[in-house]
Amino acid sequence: MGTGTRQQQVNSVDERTRDAVRITGLIKTYPAARGRRGEPPAPPVRACDGVDLRVRPGEVFGLLGPNGAGKSTVVRQLTGLLRPDAGAVEVLGHDLVRHPERAARLLAYLGQESSALDELTVALAAETTGRLRGLGTAAARRERDAVLEELGLAKIAGRPLKKLSGGQRRLACVAAALVGRRPLLVLDEPTTGMDPVARRAVWAAVDRRRSEDGATVVLVTHNVIEAETVLDRVAVLDRGRVIACDTPGGLKSLVGDDVRLDLVWRDSPPLDVPRLAGLAERATVSGRRWTLRMTPEDAREAVSVVTTGPAFAALDDFSLATPSLEDVYLSLGGSGEGLVKL
Amino acid sequence: MPAARPAPDPDAAAVAAALPDASGAQPAPLAPRARLWPSLGAVYRAQLSRARVARIPLLFVATFQSLGIMVLMRGVVDGGAESRAVVAGSSVLVVAFVALNLLAQYFGQLRAGGGLDHYATLPVPAAAVVLGAAAAYASFTVPGVLVTAVAGGLLYQLPLGGLWLLAAVIPLAGAALAGLGAALGLLAPRPELATLCGQLGMSAALLLGVLPGGQLPAPVALVRDLLPSTYGVEALTRAFEAHPDWGHAGLDLGVCACVGAVSLALATWAYRRAAVR
Repeated sequence: MGTGTRQQQVNSVDERTRDAVRITGLIKTYPAARGRRGEPPAPPVRACDGVDLRVRPGEVFGLLGPNGAGKSTVVRQLTGLLRPDAGAVEVLGHDLVRHPERAARLLAYLGQESSALDELTVALAAETTGRLRGLGTAAARRERDAVLEELGLAKIAGRPLKKLSGGQRRLACVAAALVGRRPLLVLDEPTTGMDPVARRAVWAAVDRRRSEDGATVVLVTHNVIEAETVLDRVAVLDRGRVIACDTPGGLKSLVGDDVRLDLVWRDSPPLDVPRLAGLAERATVSGRRWTLRMTPEDAREAVSVVTTGPAFAALDDFSLATPSLEDVYLSLGGSGEGLVKL
Repeated sequence: MPAARPAPDPDAAAVAAALPDASGAQPAPLAPRARLWPSLGAVYRAQLSRARVARIPLLFVATFQSLGIMVLMRGVVDGGAESRAVVAGSSVLVVAFVALNLLAQYFGQLRAGGGLDHYATLPVPAAAVVLGAAAAYASFTVPGVLVTAVAGGLLYQLPLGGLWLLAAVIPLAGAALAGLGAALGLLAPRPELATLCGQLGMSAALLLGVLPGGQLPAPVALVRDLLPSTYGVEALTRAFEAHPDWGHAGLDLGVCACVGAVSLALATWAYRRAAVR
């Protein structure tokens, strides 16, 4: 170590920029023997096929992908719930493959299931979770009150989760996840079933933990709109692989200048219009709806075709849009049925 | 914590030594673990509160079942040792129903539905989750056992003076049966099997507990001896005697306590196994 000063500089730079989460070469195969109940034994499923991810400190990082892409499997290995077959999971400098029990002391996890809390009241669910996260009684109650207030749950604090609507129940689970501070929040589809007010409350609360505590957030979503608005960076997963990882804007630039033209017909499209027949060949048809991905020039021409004459008479609605993350996913060769677009 | 890294604590320093970190950066400090007794208390309180929502299955069904059995047996049994066995067996049956059967179902469903993830991602000792739930389920049986024992005593005209022994029978039989129920629920590969095992255990407690032990064939008697609820029933049977043999009752409860310790340890092991797959 002759270059001590230089080494120190390197260290301090590394320390500032060290990844909050570093996942390398993660492989997980669900064995064939553990087929689902009541179904014939399924072949082994490789849910993670060499996943590499780097999440920077203070980042809101998203895992996006269709159902079965392996998002939850990645998250379950990140939280120490599932042991990877191979690969490394490092959270804030801790090796979680070797020490999975440390995960609970580094991160807060919101899973998809609420069955452990269902029969508790909202207040007790939050308070108990805080106690089990190591808080004393007074601290747990203080944090419980603050979080319930923050998420607008104070009015229903005394009601059992079981008796709440899906969105409210989810919100109560978010509250439980946020009691007791952790430098990393891992949230698996946190806003499922929530109304816009609740969603906004969740994102505000998450953002507050990021700005005030410097917390890092890893979240699973398949809601494209949400992904575009909340995430700093997003990894697109498909069949257990990361097929792209960038900012939402960066990902969208991958599909180039292409735009999307959606056409909805009143009844059946007038295919006897020659130029319309040409469009039909390029369209993805879903009932009365056609979706076309094309250059802006082609789109301009297509719009002029469908807004004149018999085509326009048969047209119910149309829209022209710049690419969304869904288009990115499809253009990257995503093999699933597509993402849910709300 | 990216910007302001707190001073390294000894725990983190040990971690840093163990972890080859190319950057040389200190790992983030670990939050403290939840300690056993406070978290056990928190789990117990939370589980106990579930009785508000699930009052009927947790508190009433078992009692009605035991009262029904005693009324049914009233016409068959005519006093003496048999009636003591029926009342004691019916009382402990409440414990078997709730602590063994319902707890096996609860943990079976929690495990199958991914509900264990909630606890597994909190820094809480496994024993706190298992003991807290077991203690709560044992507590659910208190009103049912009291009602059954008193009603049975009156119905069969037995002396009620020895019923203070319930203060020991309920927690010890509760520990043994709840530990067994939790272990079954956590070890069963499917929730249906957990339910089935719980039901079978309860049926065994019903048949072997309510029938007096003397006239059973040898293999059945052996099963009866292996069932932890039997020792609770025996102890309680003695308490209904005019001049109870407290020494023997204490011995029975000692067996219960030992089985309880073993079964709770087994349940804790099963929980650890189920929590990380």
